Amino acid sequence: MQFFLEVMIGGLLSGVMYSLVALGFVLIFKASGVLNFAQGAMVFFAALSLVGCMEKGAPFWLALPLAFGIMTLLGIATEKFVLRKMVNQPPIALFMATIGLSFFIEGLAPMLWGNEVRRLDIGLVDEPIPWILDNWNMVISKFDLFASGLALGLVALLALFFQYTRVGRALRAVADDHQAALSIGIPLQHIWALVWAVAGFVALVAGMLWGARNGVQFALTFTALKALPVLILGGFTSVPGAIVGGLIIGASEKLAEIYIPPLLAGVFGGNFGGIEGWFPYVMALLFLLIRPEGLFGEKHIDRV
Amino acid sequence: MSAYLSVNNIEVIYDHVILVLKGVSLEVPQGRIVALLGANGAGKTTTLKAISNLLAAERGEVTKGDIQFKGRRVDQLTPNELVRGGVIQVMEGRHCFAHLTVEENLLTGAYTRKASRGELKANLEKVYEFFPRLKQRRHSQAGYTSGGEQQMTAIGRALMANPEMILLDEPSMGLAPQIVEEIFEIVRDLNQREKVSFLLAEQNTMVALRYADFGYILENGRVVMEGEAAELRDNEDVKEFYLGLSSSGRKSFREVKHYRRRKRWLA
Repeated sequence: MQFFLEVMIGGLLSGVMYSLVALGFVLIFKASGVLNFAQGAMVFFAALSLVGCMEKGAPFWLALPLAFGIMTLLGIATEKFVLRKMVNQPPIALFMATIGLSFFIEGLAPMLWGNEVRRLDIGLVDEPIPWILDNWNMVISKFDLFASGLALGLVALLALFFQYTRVGRALRAVADDHQAALSIGIPLQHIWALVWAVAGFVALVAGMLWGARNGVQFALTFTALKALPVLILGGFTSVPGAIVGGLIIGASEKLAEIYIPPLLAGVFGGNFGGIEGWFPYVMALLFLLIRPEGLFGEKHIDRV
Repeated sequence: MSAYLSVNNIEVIYDHVILVLKGVSLEVPQGRIVALLGANGAGKTTTLKAISNLLAAERGEVTKGDIQFKGRRVDQLTPNELVRGGVIQVMEGRHCFAHLTVEENLLTGAYTRKASRGELKANLEKVYEFFPRLKQRRHSQAGYTSGGEQQMTAIGRALMANPEMILLDEPSMGLAPQIVEEIFEIVRDLNQREKVSFLLAEQNTMVALRYADFGYILENGRVVMEGEAAELRDNEDVKEFYLGLSSSGRKSFREVKHYRRRKRWLA
């Protein structure tokens, strides 16, 4: 039982890291109805910018706002050179544009900052919390706990922002209907630049945490792939959905990794390790059959 | 009467090739309701969008002529600037934000204003006073409300911007006749009590001419007839072509030769 709890808590905490990446997708999807294929590239770019600034001699507290500034510029440039031309185009055209953007960013990042794998030290070590280890004999990582706290705080903040502020409301309005939003005087340009900057910020936090754990390298772009099942589970349009989806995916993949292979091996014989790698996708697939809009996603409203 | 909104001989081209408006001129005096009538594809919506500057998003462009509001040229402004200047469009087909509640829809209308919480609240109350039905539905998602309620939401949302002038595109579309009456009554009410001027594009000629002060009839991107609403209502041609009535009683459109109808208009 104790082992089960330990695995589950570890899974939940790592799931929050997926949520963080998924959150970037949700933001942009909410505001423009587009799956931003470049989110993974943005995570990579943000982490590299952070490390790059620190290598240039900036201390961490300065490098963070600098990297955020770079992400904001990237957001504004994206709006100006890509999205502005795309008002009122079908979502698939915008989606293609984000694919192009992701290649562009993936090329730009090493050009600016070099392409060797870097360590990112944010002053947190990935080690068990002694107190929990002593009292309950469970290994819970300090790093994971901190990362989760940060992610939860961010999510709460964003959820409140979307629900209760004037700009948040305008963001949701733009997501529903570009043209109507234009017609009542909501300036799409500002809104999009803003939402890309916020998505850039979320990418920065995700990049920072993932980078600190696994090293800052090109593989960070693949974190986006792990966010996809989270999105399908939680719903593309829901900020809380991204969190819950991440928790479910994180916990279930770790539990599956531990408990399913022995069962399968008992029946079929052989080795069934590595379930963790594909289990989330199978879950997402099953979920698509049952509830395609996700747990918290907006139902598609059609009048007949 | 001084020119309040005036459209002077504008030409609109879509995609650089499709000529939709071929020199349209019209005027809306302050505090009046002016109807823009005509069949499908005559250019009513395009005219409204040319005024509200929503054409750019559809690859349309005003290539000739100019549009003035209160003596200022407005054809090069962004929709945001125009809304702040007091002119707002309510688009055809309502275009409510389906996933926002009715009240949230209304609040988005105030986006361009720097209004305090109290002002917004007073504003909402005013809108609910005009549309009591919306008050009951304030917390439902707009996408799940009826067509009439959505039209009311769309008009209410525009009102939240405190406009001087509303460009209202096809408010009767897809609505039951009673609801159409209800909506036009409110339009008249807004016009009289709030002094909002209206430019109203409508296919429903009969209703529109009953509520408007003045009317323009568009055909193929040109104004083919204009006049006081009462005058247009009594005009034989209008009766025949738009109201389906003639001096010799009701008549089927099929019996009127197409070229003859056209010729009488352009003569």
